[in-house]
Amino acid sequence: MNLTVALFGIAREIVGQSSLTLTAPAGQSAAGLLAELRTRYPALAGLRSLAVAVNNEYAAADVPLHERDEIALIPPVSGG
Amino acid sequence: MSSVPPFTAPERQRYRRHLQLAEIGEAGQLRLRQARVLVVGAGGLGCPILQYLAAAGVGTLGLADADKVELTNLPRQILYGPADVGQPKVEAAARALRHLNDLNTYALHPVRVSPANVRALVAAYDVVVDGSDNFPTRYLLNDACVSLGRPLVSGAIYKFEGQVSVFNYQDGPTYRCLFPEPPSAAEAPDCNTTGVLNVLPGLIGTVQATEALKVVLGLGDVLSGRLWVLDTLTFQSRTLRFKRDAVQSAINLDTANPADYFDVSCAPTAAASLTAEELRQQLASAAPPLLLDVRGPLEFQRRHLPGALLLPLPELAARAAEVPRTRPVVVYCQSGVRSAQAVEQLRTIGYDNVLTLRGGLEEYSG
Repeated sequence: MNLTVALFGIAREIVGQSSLTLTAPAGQSAAGLLAELRTRYPALAGLRSLAVAVNNEYAAADVPLHERDEIALIPPVSGG
Repeated sequence: MSSVPPFTAPERQRYRRHLQLAEIGEAGQLRLRQARVLVVGAGGLGCPILQYLAAAGVGTLGLADADKVELTNLPRQILYGPADVGQPKVEAAARALRHLNDLNTYALHPVRVSPANVRALVAAYDVVVDGSDNFPTRYLLNDACVSLGRPLVSGAIYKFEGQVSVFNYQDGPTYRCLFPEPPSAAEAPDCNTTGVLNVLPGLIGTVQATEALKVVLGLGDVLSGRLWVLDTLTFQSRTLRFKRDAVQSAINLDTANPADYFDVSCAPTAAASLTAEELRQQLASAAPPLLLDVRGPLEFQRRHLPGALLLPLPELAARAAEVPRTRPVVVYCQSGVRSAQAVEQLRTIGYDNVLTLRGGLEEYSG
């Protein structure tokens, strides 16, 4: 299945674009997606807190993903 | 409350547009007058927050910021003008706010919020609004609000993006439920070194002011358990729902890891560091560096690197002369927090031969 992931904050800087599309095995979990992205973009592995949003809901690690899900990676930002 | 004096005729006139709203009215406007709101950070976010809360008639506004106004602040920190450059921000801000609304009381706290002062500071207010510019302060304020049972109206910005949420509101989730792990130094490219679109803190700060008013007035659905994220470049905004986590939401000032409150991200040591692998190579070379262990004597006794000199961080200021200036020095501790502080201290007094071991002994042995 194809997944589209919207990127925010420093995750966008690391990947170099505001969203990306990738092919993932059916039933891929949120944690599995994150692991795949960290392999592709090793700098993402340096982010300790990185919220994964699925259909605007904070996703636990084992949440299964579906092709039309709206997925976003949201790291905390600290500027004031 | 019968003891509350009624509004004067000019106050009635001033606040008429609020009094006309059935959802606010006289009772609501009196609640605003009696409210005590602490705004931490009088910078990009703090300025619009303070401006709107002052104009709304929040009776007691606390301003906490240790910084002075700089020329680079002016495009986005709209309470200040060129004449304020060099002045403490809380004083310059209070002058502007008194000009805007002299009916409120402004309490000035020209300090950096720290583990030592946060309890007393937060305890004196009903609501805390976070406009700070670093992760350690954000975690510290979250934990203090959990300890003292105060809602935290949080906002943060990065380049063209912003986030807002209200934490610890009526047993709602906290900052740690959303972001359990404080980011490491490497993932916090802030500290005034990152550019920002000047209007962005205005957008985010006014949303924080809106939520602060809603919290005080008990109005509508407060942005609790939801994180609002705005990206001005794509004009996408989303609201991420998240839940209270039993473990994370229980973390408070007494149970948190104190390292969460240390600011290593802003130390000028990001470059003045080396990895465990680099250290191994250097130690095997013909000119190995001197190793400086800045942990406590007990930790040192349990385990230290061969040949290391013990100089606990609390004694560093007094014993800095023992550190050689002519030979490369690598400072280490358990995880890299204390050694980064030590290197920062040494660099400010002119040492340019000191590096911190990233990740500390935990990395070196791993």
